Amino acid sequence: MKRVLPGFGLSLGFTLVYLSLLILLPLSGLVFKASTLSFEQFWSIATGERALAAYRVTFGASLLAALINAFFGLVVAWVLVRYPFPGKRFVDSLVDLPFALPTSVAGITLATLYAGNGWIGRHLEPLGLKVAFTPLGIVVALTFISLPFVVRTLQPVIEDIEPEIEEAAASLGASRFQTFFRVLLPGIFPALLTGFTLAFSRAIGEYGSVIFIAGNMPLISEITPLLIISKLEQYDVVGATALACVMLAISFVLLLAVNALQWWSANRHQSRRTGA
Amino acid sequence: MSSYVARKANAEPRWVRLSLTGIGLGFLFFFLALPLVAVFAEAFSGGWGAYLEALQHPEALSAIALTVLIAVVVLPFNIAFGVAAAWAIARFDFRGKSLLITLIDLPFAVSPVVVGLVSLLIFGAQGVFGPWLAAHGIKIVFALPGMILVTLFITFPFVARELIPLMQAQGRDEEEAAVSLGASGWQMFFRVTLPNIKWGLLYGVILANARAMGEFGAVSVVSGHIRGETNTLPLYVEIIYNEYNAIGAFGAASVLALLALVTLVAKTLVEWRMRQETEMLEAGLPPEKTS
Repeated sequence: MKRVLPGFGLSLGFTLVYLSLLILLPLSGLVFKASTLSFEQFWSIATGERALAAYRVTFGASLLAALINAFFGLVVAWVLVRYPFPGKRFVDSLVDLPFALPTSVAGITLATLYAGNGWIGRHLEPLGLKVAFTPLGIVVALTFISLPFVVRTLQPVIEDIEPEIEEAAASLGASRFQTFFRVLLPGIFPALLTGFTLAFSRAIGEYGSVIFIAGNMPLISEITPLLIISKLEQYDVVGATALACVMLAISFVLLLAVNALQWWSANRHQSRRTGA
Repeated sequence: MSSYVARKANAEPRWVRLSLTGIGLGFLFFFLALPLVAVFAEAFSGGWGAYLEALQHPEALSAIALTVLIAVVVLPFNIAFGVAAAWAIARFDFRGKSLLITLIDLPFAVSPVVVGLVSLLIFGAQGVFGPWLAAHGIKIVFALPGMILVTLFITFPFVARELIPLMQAQGRDEEEAAVSLGASGWQMFFRVTLPNIKWGLLYGVILANARAMGEFGAVSVVSGHIRGETNTLPLYVEIIYNEYNAIGAFGAASVLALLALVTLVAKTLVEWRMRQETEMLEAGLPPEKTS
């Protein structure tokens, strides 16, 4: 009874061959290339002064961008699900803009907006706040490109909250504030964390939008992907490979974290529904 | 029945609702709406004439043609892989399935720059196949084939990710019925499976297309930036921008922004269609099956 349907061998075979040829073999080529280095060599490249500064900028800016998105993404998702307002359908569609807009377009536009004579920069600079061509610009670009993740992860979860839970909390005397922070927030927290991790993971790999607004000063506003490119442009393939390996390892860890979080979130959801 | 009462009991005070709406919409205004408006404002800052002139530049036209060409080549591969992977994963049980699903997501997690670098390591002059390719006069890196390869890598998950949950939710009953009534594999696929998944498939293709046309980092590494030859539209935007030709850069950028808007509209329409169909499906089922 199990194998009534045809095409198992064909579809799985094609999937595995295509996956291996296009994704797995090339990525293992990267690891293979890095393994021609001795451990000391690899370590000295991966922890060089410029590399360490680049990690600091990349992870610091990505963390800030993901935190900004976690907060505002929660507000936006809440407002989109719960409150009626005119033009809601339009706003809801617009949230996906960073997925649809090419990163180089985002980069030149944000750089122009936040430059000293730009629409936004013009009002910030008299306040002593320089955004374009500083590390702050990197945070702005990364916030833009990772904006949809938290909103899109939270929306379905907020939609699924059963009103009975809130009613029960309210009828037991909880204030609206208490209900949100002690009843609702713990329920949506796994999804919030998933969205945060997705945003963070997207942000650390980003290149296109950042290079236009960052100023790209080594040790100050140079992100790791850009350092890989500049090593390549100096024909330092080995150096680029070592840094790429570090990035790849971090991507792997984050991917596994997202999977674990999604599993946690789904389980929690399930056990709530079945009342277990 | 109780939903009206529930809504009243669960509502925040009016001032909280208004300020949350204000904060959320304000954030979206500054981070999404303003940049979108700015692209077009900058593009038209020199008037219609300058805008059209910028777009009719031969290098801009060849960049548009190359961008479209890459998408046209890449999308059929995405469709074939997405359908095959979703069929295997949603219709059969086998060991290592969750590992396979995780691996399909892998290209989302890898930095585009790393993807480009990997292609150089394999097909570049000092790469694994570099000497052999050079001896046979085949150019992959700094040419179209390399750009297609990295775009295939980058857009790999989109269609599969849309189809897997959709086909899992639909279940295998209809297809099993078709086969037990004597349909051949391909008959079943074209008459039962494909009509059922067509909106999900289209959705995945829309997303993959937007990414294929907009990819910058990975393509930038392997393109070699040969003007008029290996510049896609996003790369052309960069070059022109770095030459301080703002109208030219934003002119090209406005074409990509228009593409993004078309993508968003198409996506919304398809989402609406899919929601309608699931509602019809749920309405047609006996109540005990839907929960």
